[in-house]
Amino acid sequence: MEQFRKLTGVAAPMDMINIDTDKIIPKLHLRTIKRTGLGKFLFEEMRYETDGSEKPDFILNKEPYRNAKIIIGGDNFGCGSSREHAPWALLDFGVRCVISTSFADIFYNNCFKNGILPIRVSKDELDALMADASDSENPELTIDLEEMLIRRPNGAAISFDLEEFRRACLLDGLDDIGITMTKNASIDTFEEKQKRDQPWLYTAAAE
Amino acid sequence: MSAPKTLFAKVWDAHEVDITEDGLSLIYADRHLLMEMQPQAFDGLRKAGLKVRQPEKTIGVMDHVVPTTDRSLPIDDPVSRMMVEQAFIDFKEFGVELLDLFDERQGIVHVIGPEQGITLPGVTLFCGDSHTATNGALGAFAMAVGTSEVEHLLATQTVPIARPKSMRVTVDGTLPAGCTAKDVILAIIGRIGTAGGTGYVIEYAGSAIRELSIEGRMTVTNMSVEAGARAGMIAPDEKTFEYIKGRPRAPSGKAWDAAVAYWRTLPSDPDAVFDKEVSLDASEIAPQVTWGTNPEEVAPIDGKVPDPRDAGDTDRRRMMERSLSYMGLQPGTSMRDIEIDRVFIGSCTNSRIEDLEAAAAVAKGRKVADRVSAMVVPGSGLVKREAERRGLDKIFIDAGFEWREPGCSMCIAMNGDFIQPGQRCASTSNRNFEGRQGRDGRTHLLSPAMAAAAAVTGRLTDIRELDLDR
Repeated sequence: MEQFRKLTGVAAPMDMINIDTDKIIPKLHLRTIKRTGLGKFLFEEMRYETDGSEKPDFILNKEPYRNAKIIIGGDNFGCGSSREHAPWALLDFGVRCVISTSFADIFYNNCFKNGILPIRVSKDELDALMADASDSENPELTIDLEEMLIRRPNGAAISFDLEEFRRACLLDGLDDIGITMTKNASIDTFEEKQKRDQPWLYTAAAE
Repeated sequence: MSAPKTLFAKVWDAHEVDITEDGLSLIYADRHLLMEMQPQAFDGLRKAGLKVRQPEKTIGVMDHVVPTTDRSLPIDDPVSRMMVEQAFIDFKEFGVELLDLFDERQGIVHVIGPEQGITLPGVTLFCGDSHTATNGALGAFAMAVGTSEVEHLLATQTVPIARPKSMRVTVDGTLPAGCTAKDVILAIIGRIGTAGGTGYVIEYAGSAIRELSIEGRMTVTNMSVEAGARAGMIAPDEKTFEYIKGRPRAPSGKAWDAAVAYWRTLPSDPDAVFDKEVSLDASEIAPQVTWGTNPEEVAPIDGKVPDPRDAGDTDRRRMMERSLSYMGLQPGTSMRDIEIDRVFIGSCTNSRIEDLEAAAAVAKGRKVADRVSAMVVPGSGLVKREAERRGLDKIFIDAGFEWREPGCSMCIAMNGDFIQPGQRCASTSNRNFEGRQGRDGRTHLLSPAMAAAAAVTGRLTDIRELDLDR
C-alpha cells in the first residue's frame, strides 16, 4: 500500500448527502478480478450519459476538478454496500482523501486498506471546505497527516482526529495482515481454548 | 458477580484475541462465508504466498452473477462467466468448499448460512457482503467486511475492528393484520434514518420481535446496514434452537446439549446498559413502501408522497427533491395511485419459504396485471425444492409470474436480470438507490405479500384492502 504523509491537490465539492456506493461505482463493474482500472467508471451514472458522453455539469467533468485528489462530500458518505470497488475506483481516479461530516462504517474501513484517508469534520468545517473547493480558481487543499491538519487556501488550518493505529498504517503504508501474523501465537492460544470450551464449533463446520 | 452485559458484548468479548493500545480489537472469526465476488482476496494470498488458515471454517457459494435461467446452458455474459470460472479455480486451489451453481444447496449466501446450520447463536461470522447482518437473527455477531478484510480473514481467521457501540430497538405490541417483518424494519429505518445506526450494533428486542418467526427475524436483521449499523442481533430463544436443530452442520447429540446450554446464557442481562435506546409501538405500524432513493424515504401504503418543503433542513430537502425527480413522483400523490411495471420477489431480505408462501397466498387464483412483468427468485435451491413440493411454483406460474433459479438476481441486477430505464418496480429487496435494479430504474421496497398484491393490481396496493375484496 502506498504511504500517505502529505497530500496537496484539487478538492472537488460534492454537496449532496448519502452518496452511496452504487453512485460511486455501479454494480456491473464489480464483475472484475482486478483492483485497478475502475477510475473511468467512478460515479459513472452521474458522470456520463447512457451513450457514454460526459455530462458537462458533473463536477469531475469540469476543470480543474478532472484532476481532483480530494473529495468534499455531504453527510453519510459511502453508505450502502461493502464493495471495496468504491475506494478502488476513487484511488484509480487519483483521489487519496475524502472529507465529510460522517462516513458509513464499511466504506470508512475500506478506505484505510487502500491508502485513502477519510477525514471527519464538523458541519461548519465542512461548509467552509465546500466553499473553498467551489472556488475553481483556487480549490487546492493540503492534507498533512503527520500534523493532522487540513490546510485551506486562505492559510487557515483545520485539525482532525484519527486512531493512532490507522494513522501509523497510512504513514508507513503498512500491510495489516503482516502485523496480525506477528500475533499468530495469540491466535493459536485462542483456538486451543475455544476448542476446549466450545468443541461443537470445531466439529460441525466442515463436511 | 460480573457487570451485566448485552448479547453483543458477550459474543464480542468471547472473541477478542488482542486489543491494540488505541482500542482496535482483533476479533476471531468462527465462520467465514465467501461468494464469487472476491477473486482479488485469493489473488492477494497467492501473491504473498499465504494459505487459508482455517479452510474448514470457510465456505463459498455463487450468488451474485449467476443466471436465474436454465443452468444447463453456458453463461451468456462473458464477464459473469469469467467470475464463475475464476471462483472454481480459486476455491479448488485454496482448498475451500464451494457450493457452486450446479449444487442444489446453492443460493444467496445469507440464506445458505442459517439453512445449512453454519450460522449458530454466539458465533462470529464474517462475509464480504453488506447484508451479512442477516445471520444475526440467530444471535450471531455477523458483520460485513470489504475485500481486503476478506483476505485478512482468509490468512489469519481474524479481523481488526473498532468496538461498535450498542443500540437496542424495542418493538412492543402486536402487529396489525397485513403487517410483516419487512414492514417492521422499514418502519425502524424510517424512524432512525439511513445513518441512524452508524457505529452501532443494533439488538432488536420486544414482544413484536419475539413473536416473529426465525425467517421474519432474518428479514429484520438483514436490513440493519440500511440503517447504517455494523450488525443486527436478536437474542436466541426456544424458536431459534428449534430452527437450528437437525440442520446439516448444526451440532448434534451431546454437542447439541452443550451448545444449547451455552446459547441460553447469551441474551442480554436484564440490567445491561445500551449506548442508545429506541422504541416503536408495533400496533401503529402499517404496511410500508419506499417512495424515494434510500430506505429511510418510506411511507405507509395509506399515506402520500411527502413534500420536500416540509423537510427539516436544506440538505434533506435537496435530497428529497433529487429523489422525487429520479422517481418521477409529485408530492401529495397517494402511494396507492402509483402504477408499477415490474415486480421482483426475492433477495436475501425476502426469498425464504415463508416469504414465498405469503406472496403465493395473494397470487393464488389471481392474474398478474397486463402492464406488469413479475418474477419470483427463491433464495436457495432448497427453498425452491420446498416451494415446488408445496405447489407454490404452480400458483405463481398460473398467475403469470416467472419462476426462476436461485440467486441475488434483480436485487443487485448484475446477472442479466434488470429493469429498463424509467420502469417502476415493486421489489422485496433491500435497496432503492438510484440505478440499483438497472440504470434509471425506479424501485419501491415492500413486503412479499404487498409485492404480489402490486403485481395483480398493477399499482402499489394496500394488502389489507385486497384481502377484503376476496
